[in-house]
Amino acid sequence: MSEHHHGPAKGLMRWVLTTNHKDIGSLYLWFSFAMFLLGGAMAMVIRAELFQPGLQIVQPEFFNQMTTMHGLIMVFGAVMPAFVGLANWMIPMMIGAPDMALPRMNNWSFWILPFAFALLVSTLFMEGGGPNFGWTFYAPLSTDYGPPSTTFFIFAVHMMGISSIMGAINVIATILNLRAPGMTLMKMPLFVWTWLVTAYLLIAVMPVLAGAVTMMLMDIHFGTSFFNAGGGGDPVLFQHVFWFFGHPEVYIMILPAFGIVSAIIPAFARKPLFGYTSMVYAVASIAFLSFIVWAHHMFTVGIPLVGEVFFMYATMLIAVPTGVKVFNWVATMFKGSLTFETPMLFAVAFVVLFTIGGFSGLMLSIAPADFQYHDTYFVVAHFHYVLVPGAIFAIFAGVYYWLPKWTGHMYDTALSKVHFWMSFIGMNLTFFPMHFVGLAGMPRRIPDYNMQFADFNMISSVGGFMFGVTQLLFLFIVIKCVRTGDKAEAKPWEGAHGLEWMVPSPAPYHTFSTPPEVK
Amino acid sequence: MRLQARRLVMLLVGLLVSPALWAKWAVNMPEGVTDLSHSIYGLHMTIFWITVAIGVLVFAVMFWSVIFHRKSRGAKASEFHESTLVEILWTSIPFAILVVMAIPATKTLIEVYDADDADIDIKVTGYQWKWQYEYLGEDVSFFSNLSTSRDEINNSRPKNENYLLEVDEPLVVPIGKKIRFLVTGADVIHSWWVPELAVKKDAIPGFINESWTKINTPGIYRGQCAELCGKDHGFMPIVVDARPMDEYQEWLEGKRAEAEKIKELTQKDWTMDELMTRGEEVYTKVCVACHQANGQGIPPMFPPLKGNAIAVDRDKIGRHIEVLLYGVKGTAMQAFKDQLSEVDMAAVITYERNAWGNNTKEVVTPRDILDYKKDGKYTGQYSSEGGK
Repeated sequence: MSEHHHGPAKGLMRWVLTTNHKDIGSLYLWFSFAMFLLGGAMAMVIRAELFQPGLQIVQPEFFNQMTTMHGLIMVFGAVMPAFVGLANWMIPMMIGAPDMALPRMNNWSFWILPFAFALLVSTLFMEGGGPNFGWTFYAPLSTDYGPPSTTFFIFAVHMMGISSIMGAINVIATILNLRAPGMTLMKMPLFVWTWLVTAYLLIAVMPVLAGAVTMMLMDIHFGTSFFNAGGGGDPVLFQHVFWFFGHPEVYIMILPAFGIVSAIIPAFARKPLFGYTSMVYAVASIAFLSFIVWAHHMFTVGIPLVGEVFFMYATMLIAVPTGVKVFNWVATMFKGSLTFETPMLFAVAFVVLFTIGGFSGLMLSIAPADFQYHDTYFVVAHFHYVLVPGAIFAIFAGVYYWLPKWTGHMYDTALSKVHFWMSFIGMNLTFFPMHFVGLAGMPRRIPDYNMQFADFNMISSVGGFMFGVTQLLFLFIVIKCVRTGDKAEAKPWEGAHGLEWMVPSPAPYHTFSTPPEVK
Repeated sequence: MRLQARRLVMLLVGLLVSPALWAKWAVNMPEGVTDLSHSIYGLHMTIFWITVAIGVLVFAVMFWSVIFHRKSRGAKASEFHESTLVEILWTSIPFAILVVMAIPATKTLIEVYDADDADIDIKVTGYQWKWQYEYLGEDVSFFSNLSTSRDEINNSRPKNENYLLEVDEPLVVPIGKKIRFLVTGADVIHSWWVPELAVKKDAIPGFINESWTKINTPGIYRGQCAELCGKDHGFMPIVVDARPMDEYQEWLEGKRAEAEKIKELTQKDWTMDELMTRGEEVYTKVCVACHQANGQGIPPMFPPLKGNAIAVDRDKIGRHIEVLLYGVKGTAMQAFKDQLSEVDMAAVITYERNAWGNNTKEVVTPRDILDYKKDGKYTGQYSSEGGK
């Protein structure tokens, strides 16, 4: 820790030209939060239309654009950049590195994103509207039957892919090259481990997504027939390619969350993480399995019996390493000395609710039962349970855990607990009833429904509005914390461990210019 | 709005105080009316209770810790952080549970896939946004459209009990017979799903998927398209009407006689009023989703018909017929030659040429359509008389 370092440049150009991992981390996090609010606003439109049966607020064609854009923005704009932001801020500080290994590329991989999303969102204002074929953009609905703006959507996806791949390369290069002396792989914090695995997943599958959208582009503009049965192509091929990307993608959105929670639970249980080694192996196993389960998204497309059986077994297997992780977190809490500051509240909620999402996932893995669940609100409930209290609660937990380190201020604890409880109640009110309507037979992605689904939908909408409004409170808490607040100590949490707590709060612009010694 | 709020409050209160209310609300998968749907329901409940049991165990330990191992209660943290034995246990026990679960699941899956030796074959084709049913070898084929009125959807009329789950012509099938569905799509991917039968199969253009059912109880079973297929994905329901074998046979006879009758109607002399009335019915059923009730469409995806050259220029009548018969490639406009009878086509074309101020006074008759199908051109030899 050098005492003499130059500070950041002044003005707007600081942010445009920055190569500092902390600046870029902040950019990613702010961008992600902006996208979270935008995607959330679209969710509000969806929930408002579904508040009661009949068409009230929007027409079906716009409703489909809302569901599509909500999914795309939340996945690619909110969750993924948030984790990259956390990686930028925390990985160098956790491994005792002065910065990311490739700082200029770091700048570029961030600055592609605002343009990619400006392009994506601009499609909403184009003739024929934006993408309306679901975030999974199945061909031929997205090719022969897509709106004219599909081409812009394809380019936007390409740009996001380039950004993700560069981010992933940077993470790997940093972790493998810049660890402080003594920081062996098996001493790395789990957040670093999960990000290392995530980065490999990204490099493996983002090109596959790029391939899928490129084939779409060829089908739309250059007369090929990759996905057009009339020209000798295969619409199911699209789904295979998409889900070969898509399944690892869902783990890309959850593995870093595992890492965050594995840092927070031991800190507030004042007890070391139970089964560190098995946690690392579990993450690696989950990552491996993610490549051989993709067709469980396609149990109803008519793949042969043997294929169906294979993908069912492989999918069921995921429950084992995931179970190990949950058991380890619970064992960490067991016989600890627990306190429930805001990060811990979010982390405990994560474990409980992610486990519920895991249970519905296990149910979905049973192929014959999946014939009934597939493409219903049961699936919507499932993936929102793993994504909202999974990925997003973990991000909140991480922000509340490290915010004092970033800003040098403590945040308003009371307000942050209000944020937690409102989010917790709102989220469950929104998504739990979806299990019921799904089982009772409500398909997903419909703007209107029979009255038998009306009561639960109304509850979901009320919960949704509650959850949505609550996030403005989060914005307020963060802004307040950036500007003012009690001075935070270098280590504001009694039970926290790790190199990031050795530097002062706020963390200086440059940290670990001289690597620390890890014993 | 006030009423809505009150309803909501009642609902939330009811939810909290009265477990009896839950019975009225559908909260679970239907058991269904076939042997397969029963086994699938069984699998669903088994795996559900397994997860509940695991959940109770895990959450019990967790909440025990949350309550009793608090620092505020003076709990001192232990230092243990590893146990190979425990790790092995909680890897192998879940694995064993999964193996036990996989056995019945595989058994059921094999049954689901055994569509051989069917008594009846029905080809199911998904269209944007309706279903076509062809009874193979029976010479019976028809389209099944949503029959809920636009007024109900737009909230200008109260919604009936089967809102959005009703069709003009249900799929009629016999009970106690093995029925094989050959499922395909005409444009984009759809998915044919009836929860009570536990059948869900994707309807994919260029592919024919097999699925089957054998219904035990007569009744009306309702389902919906389960794969996003564009604008009106939420408006293409499925209704299955399961009847005893003899009633099914009777119905088949009736369908054949109906087809004969429609053929006869083709040769009848139609007046403009008759065509307009019938045309409006057809338009409301088939065309309105895209071209809208006011004929103004939703440009640019769905062009307007009001004032459109094809629908008002006299020398474009041939093109008007052609578009309806064969569709427009690369757009959502489908070919209707197999979907509509000559009578319905003539009626809807006449309607489109005279509705919404398109007052061309032109009449296209069923025989004009027959002619066009034969020779590929419109001569207008029947229209002139019909119009007057």
